[in-house]
Amino acid sequence: MAGVQVANLSRSFGAHKALDDVSIDFADGGFYALLGPSGSGKTTLLRQIAGFDFPDSGRIAIGGEGVERVPVEKRRIGMVFQNYALFPNMSVADNVGFGLSVRRQAKATIAGEVQRALDLVQLGKLGGRRPHQLSGGQRQRVALARAIVTKPRVLLLDEPLGALDKALRVDMQIELKRIQREIGITTIFVTHDQEEALTMSDRIGILRDGRLVQEGPPEEIYDRPKSEFAATFLGDANIFRGETTGAGIRLPDGTAIAAGAGATLAAGTKASCAVRPERIRIATDSGTPDPNANLLRGQVSKRIFAGSNSTYFVDRDGQTLKVIVQNTGVERLAEGQEVVLRWSPESTVLIAAG
Amino acid sequence: MATTRFLEWCGRLYIWLLLAFLYLPIIIMALMSFNVSPFYQLPFEWTTEWYASLWQNDQLISATWNSIKIAIISTIIATVLGSAASLALYRHEFRGKKVLQALLFPPIAIPWLITGTAMLIFFFGVGIGRGLFAILLGHVALALPYVIVVVSARLQTFAPELEEAARSLGANQWQVTSRVTLPWIMPGVIAGGLFAFAVSFDQFVVSYFLSTPGQTTLPVEIYAAIRKGFTPEINAVSTIIIVVSMALMLLTARFFKFGGEK
Repeated sequence: MAGVQVANLSRSFGAHKALDDVSIDFADGGFYALLGPSGSGKTTLLRQIAGFDFPDSGRIAIGGEGVERVPVEKRRIGMVFQNYALFPNMSVADNVGFGLSVRRQAKATIAGEVQRALDLVQLGKLGGRRPHQLSGGQRQRVALARAIVTKPRVLLLDEPLGALDKALRVDMQIELKRIQREIGITTIFVTHDQEEALTMSDRIGILRDGRLVQEGPPEEIYDRPKSEFAATFLGDANIFRGETTGAGIRLPDGTAIAAGAGATLAAGTKASCAVRPERIRIATDSGTPDPNANLLRGQVSKRIFAGSNSTYFVDRDGQTLKVIVQNTGVERLAEGQEVVLRWSPESTVLIAAG
Repeated sequence: MATTRFLEWCGRLYIWLLLAFLYLPIIIMALMSFNVSPFYQLPFEWTTEWYASLWQNDQLISATWNSIKIAIISTIIATVLGSAASLALYRHEFRGKKVLQALLFPPIAIPWLITGTAMLIFFFGVGIGRGLFAILLGHVALALPYVIVVVSARLQTFAPELEEAARSLGANQWQVTSRVTLPWIMPGVIAGGLFAFAVSFDQFVVSYFLSTPGQTTLPVEIYAAIRKGFTPEINAVSTIIIVVSMALMLLTARFFKFGGEK
């Protein structure tokens, strides 16, 4: 087991920059999610770490050893593919044992290791089946067992839960996390599902157009996004654009919004503020005045009831703001109602424009 | 309802007519190889005389062995070379690949008469001349495009992640090919091999051009024999070959379940 360091990695395909000077440090034993829209370079990055493709420039180290020119079969990695890529001509046990068998291990050793790996993914009795006789979730587990049985230094997962239905996905998320903890392997996980990234990983790296936009623990990225893209891609955010006043921004109509977090910017430059929908309180009157709170007035244009919570869309000066309110059963606002929105500066993140 | 049943009946009739069209001449020939009269005269009288005299016909027997040997060797060569070429075309991108792939098809459509003439001229030009070796080379060349087309078609259904998965598990190029890719394309390789065998074993035109008197293949020998005068021995040898090759085809189809099973 080992950590993975990626430094200044660049890779172009023709004129398209798939990876542009990406540096990330994946600590030993951590669970990382690489998150981004399609075409953001997250899969390219994973394939670079795996060794299917070599970088134009930059370095990749696994356990301190530079591997950027080492082909995949010599990197000692384990990989789970999006469609599992189980060998259709082999039994489950032969699939799992493949990595040991190509390393010319003794048959008895292979059988023992395969059984242990299958037990770990709770498929101990299915070794004799063929892949086409398994369900999607079972195939997923076989692919995982096959990837870890060789005791790789790092486990790479390419949207491994993408083909499963919602309920099974949640089960597998928990299962995957349990197995990862149990063997303590450094895991890098590519996904475009923000919820998956938030719930499973110790750290998240957000990619866009081949560049690393932000990297850190899920809470940090969620609470302190460094760009509008990070704010809106990981979770929902209301974005206000204006000019900085130093401690916040002034909107074009003169309204001031105070920000208690985020970048330190010189006054007068263009900047944005991001606020999470669940941080905003919504009411029909000004209520008890809180001199520090940010305050905006608007009109409810739409309300979506979702059981445990409701989402209100509030129109205000040509902008639609989103507010999520827990269902306490106390008060429900009607569409068309005039409302006051309030939130604390601590919930407001100042972001440099661009 | 009545129309449906009528259509069903038509369909069944059609299948039977098709089978009759394919097999009737062969069945008649096979029956006549057991008939006493050498001139296809009825009533039918059972005999194995022609099979006995076939045993004495050294020329026909040696031509049969030539055909079998050339067919087997050219099948092996064409199947191995063709499968390897298909894999190379599947895996690698190189300059002129499209042109090369396009050039693989026309030889299938070029009349064998023309190919045969061209080969004869070419083999004389380069000093190979005529003979069994020239026939073997010719058959390999004729069979190669068939093998490549069939194996490439099978490769189109192969998921490239399987090779990647094998490599990620530490398999080298040879292990990837022999343990993952080959098992998948095997039905294609077998089918390509059957094509190659048929092209060679059936081959008259090219063999005729490239053979020397006395050293030839069965189709050419049969043709020569018929020109001298028809004998039911031809029926006998043909019947044996049909029985053997049909058995081979059915066995292969049974073992490799073409089209079926995933």
